[in-house]
Amino acid sequence: MSDIDTQRRQFLKTSAGAAAIAIAPGMMLYQTAQGDTQAASSTVRWGMLVDTAQCKEGCNDCVNACNKENGLSGKTGTTDSQWIRKIEIKDVSSGRALSLPMMCQHCEHPPCVDVCPTQASFKRADGIVLVDRHLCIGCRYCMMACPYKARSFVHETLTDQNPDVPRGKGTVEACSLCVHRIDKGQIPACAEACQNKAILFGDLNDANSEIYKKVRSVASVQIRADLQLNPGVRYQGL
Amino acid sequence: MADLSKLYSMNRLYYVLLAIGGLVVLGGAYAVHMMEHHGHIISGMNNQIVWGMPHVFAIFLIVAASGVLNVASIGSVFGKAVYKARAPLASLLSIAMLAGGLAVLMLDLGRPDRIIVAATNYNVTSVFAWNVVLYSGMFSLVIVYLWTMMERRMNPFNKAAGLAVFVWRFVLTTGTGLIFAFLTARQAYGSALLPPMFIVLSFAWGLAVFHVVQKVIYAWNDKTLDPAILQRTKNLLGVFVVGSLYMVATYHFTNMYFAHQTGFELFILRDGGVYPNLFWWGYVVLGNVLPLLLIYFPGLGKTKCVMVASLLVVLGAFALLYVFIIGGQAYPLSIFPGYEVSSSFADGQVASYAPSIYEFLLGLGGLGIAFLITTVSVRVLNFMPQDKPYISD
Amino acid sequence: MRLLVSLLLCLCIPAALAAEANAPKLDIGKGGQCVKDTQWMRKNHMHMLKHQRNETVRKGVRVEAEALKACVECHASTSDNSVTAREDSFCVGCHRYAAVKIDCFECHASKRKAEVASKEVK
Repeated sequence: MSDIDTQRRQFLKTSAGAAAIAIAPGMMLYQTAQGDTQAASSTVRWGMLVDTAQCKEGCNDCVNACNKENGLSGKTGTTDSQWIRKIEIKDVSSGRALSLPMMCQHCEHPPCVDVCPTQASFKRADGIVLVDRHLCIGCRYCMMACPYKARSFVHETLTDQNPDVPRGKGTVEACSLCVHRIDKGQIPACAEACQNKAILFGDLNDANSEIYKKVRSVASVQIRADLQLNPGVRYQGL
Repeated sequence: MADLSKLYSMNRLYYVLLAIGGLVVLGGAYAVHMMEHHGHIISGMNNQIVWGMPHVFAIFLIVAASGVLNVASIGSVFGKAVYKARAPLASLLSIAMLAGGLAVLMLDLGRPDRIIVAATNYNVTSVFAWNVVLYSGMFSLVIVYLWTMMERRMNPFNKAAGLAVFVWRFVLTTGTGLIFAFLTARQAYGSALLPPMFIVLSFAWGLAVFHVVQKVIYAWNDKTLDPAILQRTKNLLGVFVVGSLYMVATYHFTNMYFAHQTGFELFILRDGGVYPNLFWWGYVVLGNVLPLLLIYFPGLGKTKCVMVASLLVVLGAFALLYVFIIGGQAYPLSIFPGYEVSSSFADGQVASYAPSIYEFLLGLGGLGIAFLITTVSVRVLNFMPQDKPYISD
Repeated sequence: MRLLVSLLLCLCIPAALAAEANAPKLDIGKGGQCVKDTQWMRKNHMHMLKHQRNETVRKGVRVEAEALKACVECHASTSDNSVTAREDSFCVGCHRYAAVKIDCFECHASKRKAEVASKEVK
């Protein structure tokens, strides 16, 4: 590279930096004025730790809270949406029985995102896996690909949706980790509703968060870890 | 002059056929309208069986569309005159079935009005998105291929176009197989064997469809097919049927060998109620054993037998696809291997599915589209195979 | 030439008046202006909403004033709390006049949040 080239680069860098410094205060002001304009950050990885020992068989508090928060009917027919469900499991060889909540596991490598033909399934910078219903054409390939059966298809016309949670006929939907609450600094409805505090929500990347410390101190597993999707939801005592 | 009345009746028959095809397509359009208006609630599909009867029809049409080109490839790529004479008809059938299959697939979407999004927001990692390219590429290539055959000045390019189509349809059927082969989590799918299996199946299904259509067109034009020619293509059908049976058997055998897959295999082959019945009686007996007998049994193998055999192969295809697509989803997804599970979302239970009339109407509408395209094209252009009196190869 | 131009201009006046006269009378709800002036909004609201929807859904950037929810909050009718319920509702009235299909409210709530919440309690 010639000397002049190097100099020119240096000049461009300096002037870009100067421009950034000049604009920055304005940007900051704009942001404070508008309030909630921070984009989701990739330094964050939202996740959950479910303590199965605290999850009671027959308790449906998390499911009910989810239905209320997201405006789901709560019906459990074959064509009704279920974003979170309670699963009763029993070890076939030992007979040990457990109850646990099952929802979108918010994988780091989500199969639903890989197979979606239109990029409607996507992973937000902070690890939340969502369906962009503006792009979803309703092909249901993601439902075929999901190892957790986390997704539902809206089979009929909906009315009176929750203004914070738009959902509609002909598109696929799933647990959004209550993204509209997270963006306001709240925790997901299921975690809030659990009386036994069986669902711990937090930032898996934040060394000061409770979930960060607990994941490092107690034994927990990811479901279908053999698929190496690295879900953000972990289970303790499984 | 005496022949005129015959011409008139032919004419009338043509319009009757058009009307019948049109009615079937109209039925499909009605189903689409109803499903658009009410949502998929009126179909039999649900959150467990997400792909149903329309997909059985669509995948049959698409796989057969690729397979029927085999006839053209043997002519253009391997230079056999008997097949070469049938290449235009095979190409036409391929376009017709591809159009029918894709129409069904698209109109079954939850939001078919947004189909353009599939082109504007392309996801390079999605097999579905690859297939959008593969299918549209196939259309254009086959049309070019037809052009090189039917326009004399384009004849020099025929060999090249034939080769391109030959390669493209292999990739296309591989793409169709990959839709299922990439589903790692589902016991029924996620096998590298599926793309080659679909390719071999496509040979058999495509040739079977070709036999039936060829027979009808000869009858319509008051001609008889040289038995020697039928003899050759029927033997080929036999080989393809044996080949596809081998692939299906291998797929199930490998599954049975893996302990974690035996549950699924027992379900499909023995305990699953409608699925094993369809598999053994529909696919194996009606779709394979009977056609093979009709083709190879000494004393059989005449024109009528080959027709029945071909129709049975098509029937078997639908049985196999039903078992593969719907049976594969009905078997409970293993989320907690080694655990017994139950929930409100049908975990650990065999999913129930009863196809609704709308799904059948939609699927039949796809067949209707293929039928209409074929009938009109055969009427306005010359797709009749022109055999030379002496066959050199 | 000048005569022709002025004649043509004169012809335009009744047309413009007529357009105003035929223009839909909308129930603008509480109304008011929080993003841009009315003419700008008439012309560009769809671009703004589309831009904002991508920012919000895919990146998590939530600008309250530019969200569809905020539009509904102010422009829903004060009588029935909706932007779509009647012929002259804020969104429907104009879209019907312009013959443009609205695809928003198949998924988004067309009513004020307070209204939806009170319905749930009942």
